[in-house]
Amino acid sequence: MLQRNDFSKNGDIRIGVYVCDCGTNIAGNVRVPEVVEYARTLPHVVVSKEYKYMCSDPGQDMIRREIKEQRLNRLLIAACSPHVHEETFRNVAAQAGLNPFLFQMVNIRELVSWVTEDPDKATSKAKDMIRAAANRVLFHEELEPLKYHIKPNVVIVGGGIAGIHAALLLADSGEHVYLVEREPSIGGHMAMFDKTFPTLDCAACILTPKMTMVKSHPNITILSYSDVVEVSGFVGDFKVKVRKKPRYVDEENCVGCFECIDACVFKDARYPNEFDFGLGKRKPIYIPFPQAVPPVPVIDADTCIEFKTGKCPKDCLKACGERAGIDFDQKEEILDLEVGSIIVATGFDSFDPKKMPQYGYGIYPNVYTSLETERLFNASGPTAGELVLRDGSKPKSVGIIHCVGSRDENHNPWCSRVCCMYSMKLAHLVKERTNADVFNFYIDIRAAGKGYEEFYNRTMEEGVQYIRGKVAEVTDNAQTKEEEGKLIIRVEDTLLGMIRRIPVDMVILSVGLEPQHDAQEVTKMFNISCSGGGWFMERHPKLAPVSTMSGGVFLAGACQAPKDIPDTVAQAGAAASEALALSHKGVIEVEPNTAFIDETLCSGCQVCVGLCPYSAISYDQEKKISVLNQALCQGCGVCAGACPSGAAQQHLFNDNQLMAEIEGALAGVL
Amino acid sequence: MDYLYYPGCSIKESGIAYEESLTAIMDVLNSSLRELEDWNCCGATTCISVESDEAIALASRNLALAEKQSNNKGTVDLVTPCNACYLTLMRATHYLSERRNIADKVLPALDKQGLHCDNRVRIRHPLDVLVNDVGVKTISDHVRRKLTGLKVACYYGCQMVRPYATFDDPNRPTSMDQVMKALGAQPIDWSLKTKCCGAALGSLLPDTGEQLCHDILKEAQKKGADVVVTGCPLCHFNLETNQSAIRKRHSDFKTIPVAYFSQLMGLAFELPPKTLGIQRLFIPLPSSLMAGAGKGGEYVTA
Repeated sequence: MLQRNDFSKNGDIRIGVYVCDCGTNIAGNVRVPEVVEYARTLPHVVVSKEYKYMCSDPGQDMIRREIKEQRLNRLLIAACSPHVHEETFRNVAAQAGLNPFLFQMVNIRELVSWVTEDPDKATSKAKDMIRAAANRVLFHEELEPLKYHIKPNVVIVGGGIAGIHAALLLADSGEHVYLVEREPSIGGHMAMFDKTFPTLDCAACILTPKMTMVKSHPNITILSYSDVVEVSGFVGDFKVKVRKKPRYVDEENCVGCFECIDACVFKDARYPNEFDFGLGKRKPIYIPFPQAVPPVPVIDADTCIEFKTGKCPKDCLKACGERAGIDFDQKEEILDLEVGSIIVATGFDSFDPKKMPQYGYGIYPNVYTSLETERLFNASGPTAGELVLRDGSKPKSVGIIHCVGSRDENHNPWCSRVCCMYSMKLAHLVKERTNADVFNFYIDIRAAGKGYEEFYNRTMEEGVQYIRGKVAEVTDNAQTKEEEGKLIIRVEDTLLGMIRRIPVDMVILSVGLEPQHDAQEVTKMFNISCSGGGWFMERHPKLAPVSTMSGGVFLAGACQAPKDIPDTVAQAGAAASEALALSHKGVIEVEPNTAFIDETLCSGCQVCVGLCPYSAISYDQEKKISVLNQALCQGCGVCAGACPSGAAQQHLFNDNQLMAEIEGALAGVL
Repeated sequence: MDYLYYPGCSIKESGIAYEESLTAIMDVLNSSLRELEDWNCCGATTCISVESDEAIALASRNLALAEKQSNNKGTVDLVTPCNACYLTLMRATHYLSERRNIADKVLPALDKQGLHCDNRVRIRHPLDVLVNDVGVKTISDHVRRKLTGLKVACYYGCQMVRPYATFDDPNRPTSMDQVMKALGAQPIDWSLKTKCCGAALGSLLPDTGEQLCHDILKEAQKKGADVVVTGCPLCHFNLETNQSAIRKRHSDFKTIPVAYFSQLMGLAFELPPKTLGIQRLFIPLPSSLMAGAGKGGEYVTA
């Protein structure tokens, strides 16, 4: 199967080997001069050089010059990961007139010097890898990158502040955006808040104008109460299936008068409103909050009498009349979208404090989560902005416990980044609305951000007390008269060095952020990966913070890591501009790592046809062989691995190249 | 099911009622406890604070004996009713599998006695066995006199669920509450289920020990409990015998009976009170509960 002499048809092979020190990153552990000397002894190697930083301008100049002077026709660079500099050196080759695919990168930093402690072993491994690559490049061929046209539309998954901001930027620059949101309204978590830190802007006042702009923008299609169910294709040409759940109110016909809600046979709202975490009530036909976008009610089939018994007088239908907005027969709809890029902005879930029963959530009625408290403070919330206890009275003392579920090896190890600041904001609001005594229990205060530390100081001046220590428990076990009827927060005050018991009327748990409960399914659908803890992984933590390993799929907001609103908006802007840059380019060059089928070798067994996950291979009945569509091939290599006759091969990874590489690697031990 | 059983020292002396009642109820539930032969002191909490390697060796000898005496080739369950023994033996299993440096000293020492420890032993508290092996359904099926109206304060103590929370929540455990509900009793909701009873402080620093017991008993009464229920001989001893001293210190304090969960189970199963060691309690159980014991029907104490 292997034709070992194949490379000789390419004439005289002249390999240049360049070994990078990467400062001390590589040279600190690998004896580079020894490696360079060794490389010089390998067959066909005509140049072997060391340089401190091969990626620097002088390093690149040297390589370009020598390719020409030494008539090099193979280039081998031993340096860092191809993720970092493969593109750099391909350009160097191309600038010197050498086809970039006659170049091979050997990663002796991430795979050798950073992970091998013993310099002898590191040096030896670097030699092995260079020998393998020098053997491989003998079989390299000139290739041209594949080019595709990029579809102009963008789908944004998640209609929180990240999705909204990205959608408006893209739409304003002329792209058409599909904004998919699984809840009945866009707005996300930000729509639940009363104020935002540290400026105390009213969240609704700054968010709802943007929501309205989204609704009226000609370039934005809002797909609310919908979710993405399937994604196929690749960068520039994705096919996205969206499932639109029936809301039983026609979005086209509804005028947003809400007369149907008033008319509902339930005169009083009696079902827990999900948007208020059940603190407020709603009817079976409802809008989650007054400024919802689209301003179209939803009917909850689980509680609506018509759906349960079929015997409702349907006063909502009568109230709507000839506007014909109510549609009890509405069915689930599947939409097929074709887009060039995807922005994933699916946000976060908050930690469930029932996992920490020592804090009494779900046991003592006056223990609230921070998000519940946001709803209490919100003017359109269940208490119209009043902070009250379950019995309707105002608390005289409130304890706010930081880091609930965060920085905790039993739960989530990470810092959720926003809790210190929102706890201060809640403390300020408690003071403002009730003048209660407020105690913040913290491990460390993390107030890194513009105006954040200043806000911390401001709350202290307002009289908020800060007690440093992780709270042990919230209990109703009163030991003194003052503690009777109160919730007692037991904590080690690590600054005083003593155990304290602080009796309060209300406890607010500053629950941390965690990935959405279905984040794993989302990663599978969009072919992206997760970092530790289940947050979506960016392509590079510093230099490619919004791209993913899947071309054309970008991240925005807290789905990537816990973030506050300013950071979320900044990242959403970056994601939008990445999508825009892609679309402006119009054409994308793709790695020519597609498969091909050698007609003369194919026996027509069709093993590859069934295996191809992208349906890129079909069977030609006339020629009785398998045929591959290059445009559909994703370069996964399954066909090449399975083909019994060696007819299916993959560019950049053909059998000759791989066998030569393996033989080269093993030459030291065979 | 047949279980190997490690009694520990307390249960043979001050806590004998625990052993009597536990054996009796396990019989009813068609499970037997076979006492480990030649067992030795677990070392309790005292031994490890002086010398950790020796303490682990002392505890590990019991694990090795269990492996040797079990007919089971795989996991060996060792039922350990005392909270202190439970924690000490559990810690030995963890140290032997997780701390190489300790295992390297302990295993050769056992070897000299012809004993081996392959980390096959699983330490089980009787409550774990009752809830997870026997099941609350089976327990309620065996109830012949429901304890309707009896308000119980389930007191777990600290060592049963901390630091190794293998079968229940470390802060708000519920297994004993589930068993009590299966008997028809009404467990109170309170936050001191795992607060320390004072352990050895009862004799070393009586002021502190008594105060800790006072807080627990007082809160149980405040929440309306008729009986405090325990699953540990030391907790039982402290909570029961400290009450006369507490009464001297706090004139308003009223005594409250303290029973083992297994004793209440036995009463609900209609076993003769004597086989459950009920007569050994210093503070008698409510007369309404005891009236008619052994005569069938239903206790209604409310």
